[in-house]
Amino acid sequence: MEQLAWLPVHDDLGTALSVARRIPDPGERLARAMHLAGFRRDFTATGRLDRLAEVGLAAPPSQLGLVPLRLAILASHTVDHLVPGIRIAGLHRGLALSVHVAPYGSYRQSLLGDDPALAAFAPQLILLALDAQDSPIDLPLDSAESAVEEAVAARIAELRHLWRRAKERFNAQVVQQLLVPASPPIFGSYEAMVPAAPRSLLDRLNAGIRAAAREDGVLLLDLVAQMAGQGPADGLADPVRWHQAKQLVSPTMAPLHGDLVARIAGAVLGRTRKCLVLDLDNTLWGGVIGDDGIEGIKLGQGNPTGEAFLAVQRYAAQLGRRGIILAVCSKNDAAVAEAAFANHPEMALKRGDIAAFLANWNDKAGNLRQIARQLNIGLDALVFADDNPAERDIIRRELPDVAVPELPDDAALYPAWIAAAGYFETAGFTADDAARGRSYAANAARQAVLEQTTDLEGYLRSLEMVLTARPIGPAELPRATQLVNKTNQFNLTTRRYTEAEMQVLAADPDSLALSLRLADRFGDNGLISVVLARPDAALRPGEWLIDTWLMSCRVLGRKVEEATLQVLADYARRQGITALIGEYRPTARNGMVAEHYPRLGFTPMAPLPDRPEGTLVWRYETRGSRPFAHPIALDTT
Amino acid sequence: MNDKEIYAALTQVFRDVFDDDDITLTPATTAEDIPGWDSQAHVNLVVAAETRFGIRFRTAELESLHNVGDFVQLIATRRKGA
Repeated sequence: MEQLAWLPVHDDLGTALSVARRIPDPGERLARAMHLAGFRRDFTATGRLDRLAEVGLAAPPSQLGLVPLRLAILASHTVDHLVPGIRIAGLHRGLALSVHVAPYGSYRQSLLGDDPALAAFAPQLILLALDAQDSPIDLPLDSAESAVEEAVAARIAELRHLWRRAKERFNAQVVQQLLVPASPPIFGSYEAMVPAAPRSLLDRLNAGIRAAAREDGVLLLDLVAQMAGQGPADGLADPVRWHQAKQLVSPTMAPLHGDLVARIAGAVLGRTRKCLVLDLDNTLWGGVIGDDGIEGIKLGQGNPTGEAFLAVQRYAAQLGRRGIILAVCSKNDAAVAEAAFANHPEMALKRGDIAAFLANWNDKAGNLRQIARQLNIGLDALVFADDNPAERDIIRRELPDVAVPELPDDAALYPAWIAAAGYFETAGFTADDAARGRSYAANAARQAVLEQTTDLEGYLRSLEMVLTARPIGPAELPRATQLVNKTNQFNLTTRRYTEAEMQVLAADPDSLALSLRLADRFGDNGLISVVLARPDAALRPGEWLIDTWLMSCRVLGRKVEEATLQVLADYARRQGITALIGEYRPTARNGMVAEHYPRLGFTPMAPLPDRPEGTLVWRYETRGSRPFAHPIALDTT
Repeated sequence: MNDKEIYAALTQVFRDVFDDDDITLTPATTAEDIPGWDSQAHVNLVVAAETRFGIRFRTAELESLHNVGDFVQLIATRRKGA
């Protein structure tokens, strides 16, 4: 596979770049670079894009909606040539990345000693890019296994010390690059039998890094696994580039490398796609069901094409099980399409796996909008997979927020292409993710009950809802951080925090970091809301600023807000807080909560200093205010 | 590909790498003549030329690429399969 194969090819990127370079306004140049970053590009074009974006990125216009993030790279090899690829891939994902590269080989000094430049930069994300040649473990080849284990353990302990320092000093999320084998094996296949052989050592170090990272909340960058089969075979650990410039990653692979780093940065900020929308004919099965009929389509074992489409379905089903919402968008007769799911014996995807099923003859852009509405997610949460190049092209033009991967003309390769695009990269995996599929099925059951009832209050009472409020602790931290970073609609202030920043807030005794779960008789909706409240320099003592109030749109319209306010006011009173100050910071996406605070009985007040334009401020007295009625039982023990 | 065609293609490589459509090359053009032609840009140039012409320079040859004439000569040699 060519690198960035999932991105469409531009007719003439070189000319487009030359034209864009002459745009006088840096912000407009940046917008143009953002658009062009969505096309397949080599490292030279990526470098040109970076120059196009450079000035604008220093102060990006707010209408581009870019999320700023400071990334420091601490490396034991040359990485300067990789920075443009990282910035441009970040831009493609809606991130305004500032990248700081610490002097080559000085990572210990940077973390353990004093590095004023790094301290001034205040990284939020630190990529620790070390290589196998850096302080190698040198043991006689006939060393006992125990001696090797001891040496490996010592190296892992040193790394963990560095990670801890990075967290303590900078409150940064650490990303550790796994070691890349840079020299050939000396034993061949027998290598693993010799504990002290170089490749053996490297495998053991990587295994140790993986285990330690899992325990310490460190993320991994696995270049070997993620670059395999993509781009030139000598793009990683090319000895010529190593001897010439100490480059572990060749410039030829900079675009893919940048994408791998940027997708992790995006995941840390919750910029991950949530939903895979699938076409049907020649995407999930071979042939056209309307013409060929159930018995005519190619799906299942016994024929290579059928096997290939079955593998596509299995891959989608696996994504479903890890919490990616699945949807269908197809030009088909609804009854015919549904019948395939109901009656074809070889379908790996079941109708119950599909959260939104749109098979009709309307245009697909409209259907994708409908899917986003139905699932209460943004268009920028969708990935649309369709074998038809014309449909892909239309969606890219009509709905630029939807990710539309190029697909090869062989279904056997679809899963690898979709996987390579990294749309669903994540910084965590929680029980709530695994349960998401079931949760959408339960939502369908709730919907069915609701449609039979004419009495909304009676319906809500019949759900027997229980809202469980807990201060955010280690168990809630990953999911709470995920919500903070990906909730766009029901989000009063859209402040984003890394897990490390959330931890600091949660540990502050003068503040409140609250997680809320909602269960009902149809099942557990999981952790659905986060409220952060804290003292603020702009307020008087005894007042809390509601720094963050957000909620998953899955539980809209169920009076969870009213119940949450009751919980919040109780906590506040117990801490001696007399007033809650709520802010609404408008964005392009959160119009639905513009009236949130007045609806809950807050009264308007004068704006606070240093707030973005359009911010509205509201006040709620915790004493004397009567809680709103709601049909939800509270569990706050 | 004759030397003239190599010059034309290499000129485009230089223009792309340095993002400057005004670059014109002569055999005597060196790093002194082109702003930004530092050691990192040199690696970028080498890799861009390798990609454009479908060749690989040998490690020992990387030290002898002092001016554009050296580049063209080596590209011509490599393309002949030497």
